[in-house]
Amino acid sequence: MTYVDYTTGSALTDGKAPSGPINERWDKRRFEAKLVNPANRRKHTVIVVGTGLAGGSAGATLAEQGYHVVQFCYQDSPRRAHSIAAQGGINAAKNYRNDGDSVHRLFYDTVKGGDFRARESNVHRLAQISVEIIDQCVAQGVPFAREYGGLLDTRSFGGVQVSRTFYARGQTGQQLLLGAYQALSRQIAAGNIEMHPRSEMLDLIVVDGRARGIVARDLVTGKISTYFADAVVLASGGYGNVFYLSTNAMNSNATAIWRAHRRGAWFANPCFTQIHPTCIPRTGDHQSKLTLMSESLRNDGRIWVPKAKGDDRPPNKIPEDERDYYLERIYPSFGNLVPRDIASRAAKNVCDEGRGVGPGGQGVYLDFADAIKRMGRKAVEAKYGNLFDMYARITDEDPYQVPMRIYPAVHYTMGGLWVDYDLQTTVPGLFAIGEANFSDHGANRLGASALMQGLADGYFVLPATINDYLARNPNQSEVSAEHPVVQEVLAETEDRLNLLLAVDGDRTPDSFHREVGELMWEFCGMARTDAGLRKALERIPQIREEFWRRIKVPGTGEEFNQSLEKANRVVDYLELAELMCLDALHRAESCGGHFREESQTPDGEAARRDEEFAYAAAWEFTSTGSSPVLHKEDLVFEYVHPTQRSYA
Amino acid sequence: MKLTLRVWRQKNADAEGAMSTYEVDGISSDMSFLEMLDTLNEELILRGEDPVAFDHDCREGICGACSLVINGDAHGPERTTTCQLHMRSFKDGDTIDIEPWRASAFPVIKDLVVDRSAFDRIIQAGGYITAPTGAAPEAHATPVPKPDADFAFEHAECIGCGACVAACPNGAAMLFTSAKVNHLNVLPQGAPERETRVLDMVAQMDEEGFGGCTLAGECATACPKGIPLVSITSMNKEWLRATRKVAKR
Repeated sequence: MTYVDYTTGSALTDGKAPSGPINERWDKRRFEAKLVNPANRRKHTVIVVGTGLAGGSAGATLAEQGYHVVQFCYQDSPRRAHSIAAQGGINAAKNYRNDGDSVHRLFYDTVKGGDFRARESNVHRLAQISVEIIDQCVAQGVPFAREYGGLLDTRSFGGVQVSRTFYARGQTGQQLLLGAYQALSRQIAAGNIEMHPRSEMLDLIVVDGRARGIVARDLVTGKISTYFADAVVLASGGYGNVFYLSTNAMNSNATAIWRAHRRGAWFANPCFTQIHPTCIPRTGDHQSKLTLMSESLRNDGRIWVPKAKGDDRPPNKIPEDERDYYLERIYPSFGNLVPRDIASRAAKNVCDEGRGVGPGGQGVYLDFADAIKRMGRKAVEAKYGNLFDMYARITDEDPYQVPMRIYPAVHYTMGGLWVDYDLQTTVPGLFAIGEANFSDHGANRLGASALMQGLADGYFVLPATINDYLARNPNQSEVSAEHPVVQEVLAETEDRLNLLLAVDGDRTPDSFHREVGELMWEFCGMARTDAGLRKALERIPQIREEFWRRIKVPGTGEEFNQSLEKANRVVDYLELAELMCLDALHRAESCGGHFREESQTPDGEAARRDEEFAYAAAWEFTSTGSSPVLHKEDLVFEYVHPTQRSYA
Repeated sequence: MKLTLRVWRQKNADAEGAMSTYEVDGISSDMSFLEMLDTLNEELILRGEDPVAFDHDCREGICGACSLVINGDAHGPERTTTCQLHMRSFKDGDTIDIEPWRASAFPVIKDLVVDRSAFDRIIQAGGYITAPTGAAPEAHATPVPKPDADFAFEHAECIGCGACVAACPNGAAMLFTSAKVNHLNVLPQGAPERETRVLDMVAQMDEEGFGGCTLAGECATACPKGIPLVSITSMNKEWLRATRKVAKR
């Protein structure tokens, strides 16, 4: 049986989601959840993997509650997790602008923005919690932008018509992360968190059907150790780096979630990836990563390409009537602020027509000339100064003088480990939060919602729901390094690393990463077809086979060895890529960021097929290269009726 | 471009280090400095040699991981992070010296990678506002005057890279510490811990073995985020005020 011949297993239901009116469900769940007596909490150990917005906020909050937290990050400091690079802002339904916003509207926008592939209960809870997040962050000293009266400022983001995005210049992620990092630091100093920086999770330990610990490698000494707990929380981020070029940090990786998947956590909607419309185009084969330009730029910048194909005049020599402001033309009511998936696809379309600009025709203009005329250069500088500087530094062009050139790039993954309403995976005791889970964004995430979800999960949702799990499992048996299951997982990890070192081939880890990344971008990127996906599915096992024959990793495992770290991550990309392609192949509809060329409306928009695909696809691992089992969780829409999304 | 690189190689914390010379060719001016090093490392791996270890992650100037002294300057000739330095700042035929941060409080782990955990301990000593999750008042309950909010933001921009320490002739961490003290102490939310924060953070800074400040100003020149030198003066003022206030208690 080949990989594409997957079988469909039992249906999946979210056993934790309460019923009743949607605005009462979170209260109801919190009330029904069992509590752990404060005096008993210190007897429980919780492992948290990752220190981004989700992991940092979860670790700090669990420690404040009295749990003993053991936390890991691969970076040299928890302050460096990639949440730090989020630029634009964080959404919250505060309605400070009195512009008609409400919890219900944020809920509605998010479900619609996700193209009706997210769970209503989860999204509503997210919208409710959004208002508390802002309060929490302000109390921590997060320096949000303020008006002259001393109150908080907000701005608009794509896919919505209210101004609900709170921001700290173009560094909102940095400021929110430092808030969480500082709260975490306070708990580390208090002895409530045992922090392991420069340590990478390499496997999950499941004993008697429950997550009981992890295997981690100290990246400085190379020592591989086991750690045990009553519950494990994965906050290790998304898997966009499978594409090699993305806006993720260089070391962001999928190993924690992929290893958990191999140990029994089902992986949901892996093909739902977000291609962000406004990134700086690549310049050559040396390119190691792509840099995003905040979506907030679309508030004032106008996107255009020449009307004529192959028009290679410099932008300021192209007269107004020979320019095509295509987003404003096709989507007059949302204009440049359409959701990300729509903006990206539109950019691809005009470039495919031969109207792209810059080297290779892989770019469109984002022009601030009108904004500078209207607001003055000073105001533009105050609003976007750091982004303009960043652009100028990378491209050596002055965006105050010439329009920016932008092109879509992989940015975020909506898919992730399947979790129930409690954020628990299909492995009891294993929780997944933030980008590592699949739950809130459906098939497309709206701008400024990732920060909101990471912090909602970490500060508010997980600390409430994990109580219930721990209270119901108060006396778990002791697990030690001598346990046969632990010995087996440890041995597998050591064998894998030893094998990587032993092959001594003639290709670097990066060369394989680049090869699989380019394949994914071509066949599982902005537009996907049945034929293309089948081609990728044929090619991936071949690359994997070649990898284990030709990989070259210098040095040893008992030292600081960045090549070994990288090679081990590529092992997992080479399996995950296959599942992403299979998921994309099986979902023969277009929705959000998943665009199947076979399924489009007459005017080229994504055509959903609700009767067949209104479900979350959760995949169960069998073995490497063998077809997985599909479990469907039907999505029910009681409050937001699925319609063809319209931003015109 | 063809370049000669002289790179600090040191197997581990206990080993002796030395500069090693490498040639790289086919370097494009659009490459970032780290992409140039990637090119070298790909060649080294294929030759069966140990690639040069260096810290890096976001490669967009915000995570603070990258940390190279290039031709004697922390983060190199431009005022930015190493990852945002591009090869157009160099010429064909140049010889480039690449070293790790040099400071006794930042011991070398391997090659160009250093241990900056001392910074984490300074933050742990008081670089936070005690605001347990759930206890926060409504965000608009306390307006913050815009100039104070802007002042806080300018200092909160610090990315904790350590260039200030690497650039300082004394290996002092005053700019890093003052950035956090000033960010939190100017805000009304930070007021209740204003005195203990500055006293505890400065004490921890001293304990970590960072040098004293002689206002050489190299730190502020090297800072990729433009934290101003006057930040140190503000912290000294805070420290003096706190010392007197605590003495009165």
